[in-house]
Amino acid sequence: MSEVRNEIKYLSSHEWARVEADGTVTVGISDHAQDSLGDVVYVEVPEVGSQVNAGEEAGVVESVKAASDIFSPLTGEVVAVNEALEDEPETVNSSPYDDGWFFKVKPADVSELDAALDADAYREVCEDA
Amino acid sequence: MGNKTALFAEHEAAGGKIVDFGGWDMPINYGSQVEEHHKVRREAGMFDVSHMTIVDVKGAGAKDFLRYLLANDVEKISSVTGKAMYTGMLNEQGGVIDDLIVYNMDGWYRTVVNCATREKDLAWMNEQAAAFEVELSERPELSMLAVQGPEAIAKVAAVLGGNKAEVVNSLSVFQGLEVDGWFIARTGYTGEDGLEIMVPEAAIVQFWKDLVAADVAPCGLGARDTLRLEAGMNLYGSDMDETILPMAANMSWTISWAPEDRDFIGRKALEAAKEAGVKEKLVGLVMEQKGVLRAHQKVIVPGVEATGEITSGTFSPTLGYSIAMARVPKEIGDTCLVEMRNKQVEVKVIKPSFVRNGKQVF
Repeated sequence: MSEVRNEIKYLSSHEWARVEADGTVTVGISDHAQDSLGDVVYVEVPEVGSQVNAGEEAGVVESVKAASDIFSPLTGEVVAVNEALEDEPETVNSSPYDDGWFFKVKPADVSELDAALDADAYREVCEDA
Repeated sequence: MGNKTALFAEHEAAGGKIVDFGGWDMPINYGSQVEEHHKVRREAGMFDVSHMTIVDVKGAGAKDFLRYLLANDVEKISSVTGKAMYTGMLNEQGGVIDDLIVYNMDGWYRTVVNCATREKDLAWMNEQAAAFEVELSERPELSMLAVQGPEAIAKVAAVLGGNKAEVVNSLSVFQGLEVDGWFIARTGYTGEDGLEIMVPEAAIVQFWKDLVAADVAPCGLGARDTLRLEAGMNLYGSDMDETILPMAANMSWTISWAPEDRDFIGRKALEAAKEAGVKEKLVGLVMEQKGVLRAHQKVIVPGVEATGEITSGTFSPTLGYSIAMARVPKEIGDTCLVEMRNKQVEVKVIKPSFVRNGKQVF
C-alpha cells in the first residue's frame, strides 16, 4: 500500500503540495504516483522565476514506462527547483515526499489549496485507481 | 484473475508487482526494473517465462511440415542435435503471424511461440498440419525459466550439479538438450549469454529458490523489455505483426531463399515484394538528449514525403539515454526527426542493435 501523508494536500492527478514555515509551497508527486510510473529517468521542472498556474502543466516526469505531465496545485512564482533530480531522478522513487520534491512556489494566494484534496480524499482516489 | 504460472507464489513472495500479460498474471518488476536490468547485464537475473507456449512437432512428416510452415529452413539445423533456429511463421501475404524458436530434437522438433498469439498460432499450425503426417502437442506441464547474464551459466551449473551441469557446460550458443526430463537451452532474449530452461512443474519452485539463494535476481517483464530492446530483438505485436513483411522488420536474415524449390508459406508474396522493392525498413534510433522515445511517435525523414513510426521505444538503462526501433522509409539517412510532445527532435539512425554482452555496439 502506498504512503499518503496526512499533513499535505493532493491533486487527483497525484501531485502533492506542502505549505512550508516560510510561506512557500513545495510540490512533488505522491508515493502512489511514483509507484505507478516505475523507475523515473527524467524530470523536467519549471525555471526559477517563472510563473506557474493552478491546474496547469508545470513540468514532465518520465519513467522507463511512460511520460506524465506535472500539474501545479497553485498559482505563483517558482522560487526554487530540485536540481539534484537532474543527476538522480530515481530520488523521486525512493523519497517522493522528501528528497524527491520538484519545485517550490511563492503562492499568489495560498487559499487556492483549500480546493485541493486532503489525505483521506486522496486515499480514496488511490483506492479507486 | 488471469492464468498463473507455477511460480506465482514466489513472485508475490519476492514483492513482484503483478500485471496482466496476455491473460497471465505476471510480475512487471520486483521493485526497480532498472536495477533488475543492470543485474542481468552485470551478473545474473531470471525471468519466469512459463506463459510462453511450447509445441512439440512429431511424426514422419515433421521436417517437411516445418519446411513448409516456416520462412527459415529447418534443414539448416538438421545436422546438429539440439540446434536452435529463429524464424518467422508467415501468412500467404508474407505477413508475420508470429516469430518463434525451433529446436532440432533428432527426429522431431520443439517450437516455442509467443503467449499472446497462442490461439491463432495453434489454429494456423493445425490447419497447415492436416496435409502432413505430423502430430502437434502442447507442453503446458513444463515451466520455463530464462536465466540470463554473464554469470548465468556458471550459477545454473553450480545449482544443478551432476548430469544437468555437464549438459549446461557442454552447450554451444543456440543449442538445447534434454536431460532427466528437463530441457536446457543456451538461448535468450536479453543480448547476454544465458539459458532458457524447461522444467517439470514439480521441480520449478525448488529450482527458483536455489537460484535466489545463489544471488540470481528475480526480474520482471519490464526489465525483459528494456533488455531485449537494447539487444535489438523484436517484440511481436509491437515491431511486427501480420501486416508486416519480414524485410520491413529486420528479419530478412531469417528468410531462407535457398533452395529455390522449397515452397514455404508466404514465399510467393515475399518474392513479389522483393521484385517490386520493399519501401520500409526497421532501424534503431538513438537520442542522447533528455526525454524518452515512445512507441507510435511519428518519424520524419527530411526530403521524403512518407513518414515512419516508432515501434518500440524506451530509456536504455545501460546507455543512460533513450533508444527506439522504428519502421521508416528506406531512403532514411544517418539522422531523422521524431515528433514528441509537440516538438521535433533530431535523433541518430543506426542498425537496430544497441547493447550486446554488456557493451555498446554502435
